[in-house]
Formats: sequence, C-alpha cells, structure tokens
Amino acid sequence: MLRENQRRFKFDWITIILFLLLVGFGYINILSASHDGEVTSYFNMTELYGKQLVFIGLTFVIIVLILSLEAKFYERFSSIIYLAAILLLVGLFIFGKDVNGARSWYGIGSMTIQPSEFAKFATALAVAKYISDLQTNMKTLKDQIRVAAIIFIPALLILLQNDAGSTIVYAAFFFVFYREGLQQIYLIVALSLIILAVLSLKFGIAITAIVAAIALTVRYFIRKKKRASKLQYVLVLFVAVGFAYGVKLFYKHGLQTHQQNRISLWLRLEKDPAKLERMRKSEAYNLIQSEEAISSGGLTGKGFLQGTRTTGKFVPEQETDYIFSTVGEEWGFAGSSIVVFLFVFLIIRILYLAEAQKSQFSRVYGYGVASILFIHFTINIGMVMGLIPTVGIPLPFFSYGGSGLWGFTILLFIFVKLDSNKINEW
Amino acid sequence: MRKLLLLTTVILVGLIFIARLFYLQIYGGYEYDIFEDSAIKKEYTYPKRGYVYDRNGKLLVANQPSYDVMVIPREVEPMDSLELVEFCNLLKITREDYDKKLERAKNYSPRLPSPFVPQLSKSDYAVLQEKMRKYVGFYIQKRSLRSYQTTIGANVLGDIGEVNRRIIEKQPYYKLGDLIGKQGVEQSYEEILRGTKGIKFIQKDRFNKNIGPFQEGKLDTLPVPGKDITITIDSELQAYGELLMQHKRGGIVAIEPSSGEILAMVTGPSYNPNILVGRNRSKNYTKLHYDSIAKPLFDRGLLAQYPPGSPFKVINALIGLQEGVVDEHDTFSCRMGYYYGSRKLTGCHHHRSPVDMNMGIAQSCNAYFVNVYRRIIDKYDDAGDGMNKWAAHAKSFGLGDFLNNDLSVGRPGRIPDGDYYDRAYGDNRWGSTYIVSNAIGQGEVEATPIQLANMAAAIGNRGYYYTPHIIKNIEGDTIPSNFTTPKYTTIDRQHFEPVIEGMFDVYNDGTAKALKVEGIEICGKTGTAENFAIIDGKKTQLTDHSIFVAFAPKDNPKIAIAVFVENGYWGSRFAGRMASLMIEKYIKGKITRTDLENWILTHSLENEYAKPHSGEPFKINGETTLQVIDNYAIKLEDQENLKQ
Repeated sequence: MLRENQRRFKFDWITIILFLLLVGFGYINILSASHDGEVTSYFNMTELYGKQLVFIGLTFVIIVLILSLEAKFYERFSSIIYLAAILLLVGLFIFGKDVNGARSWYGIGSMTIQPSEFAKFATALAVAKYISDLQTNMKTLKDQIRVAAIIFIPALLILLQNDAGSTIVYAAFFFVFYREGLQQIYLIVALSLIILAVLSLKFGIAITAIVAAIALTVRYFIRKKKRASKLQYVLVLFVAVGFAYGVKLFYKHGLQTHQQNRISLWLRLEKDPAKLERMRKSEAYNLIQSEEAISSGGLTGKGFLQGTRTTGKFVPEQETDYIFSTVGEEWGFAGSSIVVFLFVFLIIRILYLAEAQKSQFSRVYGYGVASILFIHFTINIGMVMGLIPTVGIPLPFFSYGGSGLWGFTILLFIFVKLDSNKINEW
Repeated sequence: MRKLLLLTTVILVGLIFIARLFYLQIYGGYEYDIFEDSAIKKEYTYPKRGYVYDRNGKLLVANQPSYDVMVIPREVEPMDSLELVEFCNLLKITREDYDKKLERAKNYSPRLPSPFVPQLSKSDYAVLQEKMRKYVGFYIQKRSLRSYQTTIGANVLGDIGEVNRRIIEKQPYYKLGDLIGKQGVEQSYEEILRGTKGIKFIQKDRFNKNIGPFQEGKLDTLPVPGKDITITIDSELQAYGELLMQHKRGGIVAIEPSSGEILAMVTGPSYNPNILVGRNRSKNYTKLHYDSIAKPLFDRGLLAQYPPGSPFKVINALIGLQEGVVDEHDTFSCRMGYYYGSRKLTGCHHHRSPVDMNMGIAQSCNAYFVNVYRRIIDKYDDAGDGMNKWAAHAKSFGLGDFLNNDLSVGRPGRIPDGDYYDRAYGDNRWGSTYIVSNAIGQGEVEATPIQLANMAAAIGNRGYYYTPHIIKNIEGDTIPSNFTTPKYTTIDRQHFEPVIEGMFDVYNDGTAKALKVEGIEICGKTGTAENFAIIDGKKTQLTDHSIFVAFAPKDNPKIAIAVFVENGYWGSRFAGRMASLMIEKYIKGKITRTDLENWILTHSLENEYAKPHSGEPFKINGETTLQVIDNYAIKLEDQENLKQ
C-alpha cells in the first residue's frame, strides 16, 4: 500500500519547480508592468496583477484536478477532448466576441475565455493518439495526410478568426512528426523554402536564383552515387525560382499592410528615411520601445518596480506579449539570461522525460508539449528582441491572461501525470 | 539522430537569445544615463546668478529673465501645415528656419533637449506660453541673462554665452543651452557666480504625460543661488581710463600696492558690454571676434607683451645695488651713447655727463645702465651664471612668468636667463656685450602692462607685492589666501630709496617734468618700445609704443599704474599724460590738470593705426604729425544734452 502511494506521487519535481519559478517570476513582472504608481493591495481586483494572482490560484486547482485523474483517461478521451476543442473554436463564429480585430474570445460576464489556448493541448493529445496507434506509419503518405489534417483543422479555424499568431504555433508539430519518422526530405524542403523566401524578399529573384543554382550544382557534384538526372535538377531550380517569385507576389498582394510592414521592418527592406521616421512612430513603435527598454536594463537591471519605461508604460502590450521587455529592463542581462535558461532547461527536461517514456502515446505527447513551448518561447522572445518579425503570441507562464496560463498549465501537467505513470506502463 | 533535432534547436535558440541579450544590454547597451532616458523628464530650475559690485559697492552686473524655446527632436509630433505656419509665426521664424533648426537639434541628439529659439522677448513669451502645450516636444526654459548696469568694463566683467559641445563633454554639469561665463570675471568666477541648478526628475508615460515624481523625488535637488561678488575695480576710475583711451589702442592697469587689488584695467578699443546680451549676442560677438585689426576682444592691459623699454632700467639699478657692483654715487660718462672700444653699442639722447644713479634714472641715460648691467653680468666668471643671477632678481618682481591670479587671460612676458643665450649662441660663446639691450629694457626682455604695474607696486612697497587680483569679496566666503600673502623681492629694502628718488626726479626735472600734478608726489618712468609689423612680407618699423610706469604718493603709495599706448611714440607723450591724469583722478577724485586732459581727449591715433593697412608708404615717429579731433568728452556731453 505504501509502495502504491509512493508510486502514485512520483511526479517529476524538476519540471514542477521550473514551472513554479516561471509562474512566480512572471507574476512579479506582470506586477511591474501593470501597476499604476503605487501597489496598495496585491489583491486589488481592478488591477491586472490582482487578477493574475487569482488566475494563478485557480491554476493550482486545475493542477490538482489533472493529477488526480487516471493517466489512462487522457489517452482514452483524447478524441473527445479534441472534438470538444474544435467545437469551441467553431462556436466562436457564432458566439465569439471581437477583441482587437480577432474573433477569438468567449465573453462570460466580465470574464473572457480564449479557446485557442485550450486547442493546443487538445491537438497534442489527438496527434499523440493517432501516431501511437499500431496501424499508423508516419512514413506513409496516407498517415501523413491524416495527421496533418488533425493540426490543420484547428489551425485553419484560428486563422479564420484572424489570429495568425496562434496559427503559426501549429507548425510546432513538425518536430513531433519528424521525431516519429517523417522523411528527411520534408525537413530539407522546409528549410530550403524558408531560406528561399527570405532571400527572395531581401535580395530579389535574380540573386535567389543564382544562390539556388549554385546550391544545386554543388549538390550535383557531391552526390556521385544515386544521382538524379540533370533534367530533374533543372526542374527543381525552376520550382525554386517559381516559389521565390510566388513569395514576392504573396508579400505584395497576399499580406495585409501591417503584416507587410512587420516583415519589411524585420528584413530592413524600407530604405526611405521619411517613411522609416513615420514607421518609428507607428508600426515599429512597439519594437523600438521594447528594444530600448531591454537595452536600458544593462547588466543587472534597474530593479523591481524601478524600470522607467515600464513604469511609464512606454511599451504597449507589455504585460502580455511584451512581458519579456520588463524582465530586460528591471532585471537586466542577469535576469533575462536566467529566464532564457529556465525555458531551455524546462524544454530539455521534457524532451528527456519524453524519450524515457515506455508508451508511444506519452512520448509523442511529451514531444508535442516541448515543441509547443519551444515555438512560443522562440517566437515571443525573438520578437521582443527584434530577431524575428512581430507575431502576437504569449510567453508561456509569463504573459498576463487566464486562458493562456491555464492552457499551458493543462498542457504541461497532463504530461507530468503521464510521466508519473510510466512505471505502470507495460 | 531524429531525437537530436529539437534538442539542438532549443539549445541553439537559447544561445542566440543570450547573445542577443548580451549585444543589447552589455555590448551595444549604452551605460544607463538618466539624462538620456526619454521616460524621465528633467525639469531644471536655474538659480539666480550672483551679482557683481565694484569696490565702492556700486552694482555693475545684475540679471534679467530670459525664455528659451527648447526642443527634444524625437518627441516632436508631425504638425499639419496650418499648425506649423502658426507655430513659426509665433516664434518669428520661417518654415526653412524651422526645418533647419530641427535638423540641427536632431544632429546633436534626438533625445536630449537643444535650444530651438533662444531668448524670446517678453511679449513673445507671453503669447507663446499660452499655446505651448499644443506643440509636443517643445517647451519653454526660463533662464537668467545678464543685465549690465554700466557701459564700461566689458573686458573686466566679461559676459555669459551658451556652452558649446566641447565644454559639455568636459563638464557634464552643463547641458546644451546652458549659459557659462566666457570672459573676464564671469569666466574666472563662473562656479561661484552661477550657483547650482536644481533638477526635478519626473516620470512620464508614453503619451508624454507626467505621472509623478521619479522614485518619489529622491534624486531631486533644489537650486543653490550663485554668490554675489565684489571686485576690486573702482568703476569711476575705470570709466575715466576708458574715456582717456578713446581713439587710441592700448592698456592701463592700476593697482593698489598695499593690497594688490586691481583698481582699473582698461583696454582700448573696448565696447559696451550690453551688446553681448540677448538675441544679437552672437552677431555682435562675431563682429568683435573677427575684427582682426582693432582686436576689441584682445585685452591689451593683460596681453600686450612688448619690450618694456626704459621703465625696466630701474630694475637694473636695483639689481646693481643688491649685487654690490654699483652704489648710488658711482658715476659714468655718456658720450651720446655707450661705446665698447670704438664700437657704439647703444645710443643716448642729449643730457649732462657724467651721471650718477639719480640722474641716470631721471634722464633715462642708456650708457649709465649698460655700465651697470655689464658690471652685474661680469661679476661672475661665467656670463651664464651672471645672467641667471640677474634673471632671478628680475623674476622676483613678478616678471617673466604668469602672475597666477584670477584673471581669465594673461601672458608670461619674458626674462631671459643663461640657458636662453646658451641655446641662442651656443654654450659659453657669448658675453655681456652681446646682450646689452636688456640693460635698457629692449632686446629679449618682454613684459605686459599688468606686470609693469605690479613691478611699480613692488618698488613703491620697497620690496614686496601682492599678486594683482580682481576679487575683493565673495558673499559668505573668503578670497584665496594667495592674494593676501605678500611676495618678497630679492632686493633689500634700503636699496629702494635711491631708485625711488630717481623716479621721483623723473617728475621733478626728468623726462616727465611737464606732467607734475599739484600736491601729489608721483614717481614714474617713461618708456618707448620699438615695434615692427610685417607688411607685404617685409618687416617694417612702426611708430614706437608709448609706455609709462608710475606710483604715487612716493611714501605709502595708494596707486601703482602702467599705461601702454600703441604707436604713441615717446613715453610721456600719451602714456605719461594718461598716467598722471589717472593718478590725480584716483587720489583727488577730480582733475586739476585739465590741460593734460584736454590734450588727450583731442588727440587721436586713428590715422596712425590706419597707416600699415593703407597700402601706401608711410613715415613714423618724429616725421609724423598728430591727428587732432574735437574734445571727445564734451562731444559725449552734448549728445546727452541733446537727448534730454
């Protein structure tokens, strides 16, 4: 009996401590980013930091709930959970509420719920379920198409609700598929397409074509065995140039103006100083303020509640998507590096645990968790520091908001539960 | 292999992020400076700048408020053309000016304030103040400008002007648009006069709204007002000196020997200090600065370094007595000059011969002093040792080096020593006959008027002087002890009497006997300095400079003075007359020698100064005639009367 108990509570405490550290430090920074001069009461419900404290409190209820359910529950009910999430997303088109041009919220009284935050773990469960089926072979095109459909359905629904940022998150599953046997050619093609797109936008079609031709020629001469015919190489080159041209066209005509501007800023495409000056005050404003706030932090930062730009609310959306700029300003290089380190450590820990799972379902799900956290971490912090174009997605456990916090908590703790059960798996 | 893709990507991204953080926060991250932080508004309160009083308590310099429109370029919001036109009209500038000024401010720094339109008039300020809130990125900074209560003493008082970037780099106290003392006492007593400005740090939000004091005002400071100072100048004497200097170029320095206080420090030509206040300052300053012919900004009393001529002879007499190579009764013959063998080393004018010390000084006999000088140098086996000994004596009178006082400018003059001639001629390849010009204050000896006035003070004091200084009193503070400690010469007190008697006889029956003033025992010495200019690449001699050095009364002197008039010819002609008048003015408070005064006020040297620039050949010294003008002071009075 005692042994049973010990087994039941064999959770991975490293993961849990990392989670607590991130949530705790996140709350401290939300407090900085949202306070108005003086903090009179931490439970002041009219202030964002007061609300976040309630969200965090509820998080622990959710955790207890998740951990007390049978581990098998998640595998068994994954399809139903997935379907429920899809229904919630569809329901938005009828009952949803517009916030900032995106129709991704349910309003319940003064509360709002963002179902896309819950669709992530639901999709991860569904993907794990499908891949771990004995019949599934990721090397076959049929299964590739089906598993792609599982992620495309929520992704498409979210895109239709005008939340492009959350859509990109579903690209995370590429890492899962690759781990589970997707052919290498997909990886090569995906990387090539990204490089082609960037080259075409930054340097134009001609240079892109030259680079592609050189790369193909090099490959042709290195690959002496099993070499494809020259004609096929020429065909690939044509497709590559066609793609580059398509990217250009899409950039000019397919994107909305604000998306165009974000990419233009990222790749420094705009050279007209007058237009740049105007952009400083509009499209680039957030990014410039965020970078300046981070830069002004220096080595050790200005201290808790001492950030002049944070206090002055110079960075819009600072408590949500731009929360990392608060860390940068008030805690400096030291604090920011620690946050980066905590995230990297958490993701690696999950990967390590995933590889140690005995059931394929748990492993695939764990990979899904790591991939989703990774993509959020990379895009959010990369955006706040100006390394990648502006994409509005939250920093897990850090950004203000109940749905996000709960979504990530559920995502993580289902895995903690699965992991704790691995001894019972045969 | 497949397991490693996400793992390596995570680690790679982590490293890239740390590198980016390092670049932003440590490598590229400037040192955090609250003054560069646009989230914190810095509000300065400028303290009252200290007033300046003359030695009799007369207020010379006070303050007036001034309003600058400042700009922080990055905070400026684009205005539509109508708003812009209205703003330009309020500021009384054109559209082009607006763009140009904004560009210049941006070039300095987009995030620091720069002056946009300095020194608004009061009425412009009143109109603008109401509407200022409309123009984001602009604000009005109140400062205080100088208000001169007098029209004299521009070189003494100096002025204040905007700091330049070089000053800001060296002294971070100053921010662009701040004012700093530029010349005169404004410069030398800048820190005492300016006080310390107060600063308030205010947290702003991104809409540029104040949201409260930064860190509860912990860093804020109150302004500390500047201290008032009293300077040693007697403004009446200064004004009189400037009147006498009209239509001449030169300098007058008068010192109170018992304290080293500078009573007057005149330079000619001068200007009204009020022209360097307000919006026309830079225009007027540029005009003064680029006048390379009259050089009104060149303080001749402090900077005109020339061979002093005959007044220096008294120093040689004193050194001779101290070294014991001559006594006051020794006589030397003069055959219209000094002969070395059959070679005439120096000429002289007509007078009785032989002469003793008293006669030598009174008649300014060149031969007498060459004899004395050669005895001093030749007393030592090595001429270099003799020269060094001689130079040490001369330097003890404050000659040949900076006075190390509280004036903003100065020059060291020159007293050559043995090394100097070793360098010029080679070691031991010269002797006393090479350098006899020093005996009569020509040759390598050079001094400025203030050094000569100080020399006269040291003689009048019979062997000591106080460093000439301009500060008399600092509100709530003491003046540097360097100015209240006597500096002793290397000449014993008893040797001064015969020399002073000689200087007294200059007035009694010597070269200045026409300049006597009833009831005042003046001791003086005339001098002339040959001078040259390069005209069309040729060294050309100009009319001599007129020099006069004096102190009075003979016992317990109240005033020591040096007057220097460019191209005034012989010493008693211009400089001597002016010295006598200044002494009488100071001691009696009124002028009895109105004949001297009238002569000075009706004679101009403007024609003389025009000659080298005329491009024509010209005559100098005795071959010229003096330019006579209307009495300048009477003309001034007439103008005043006409106004009333």
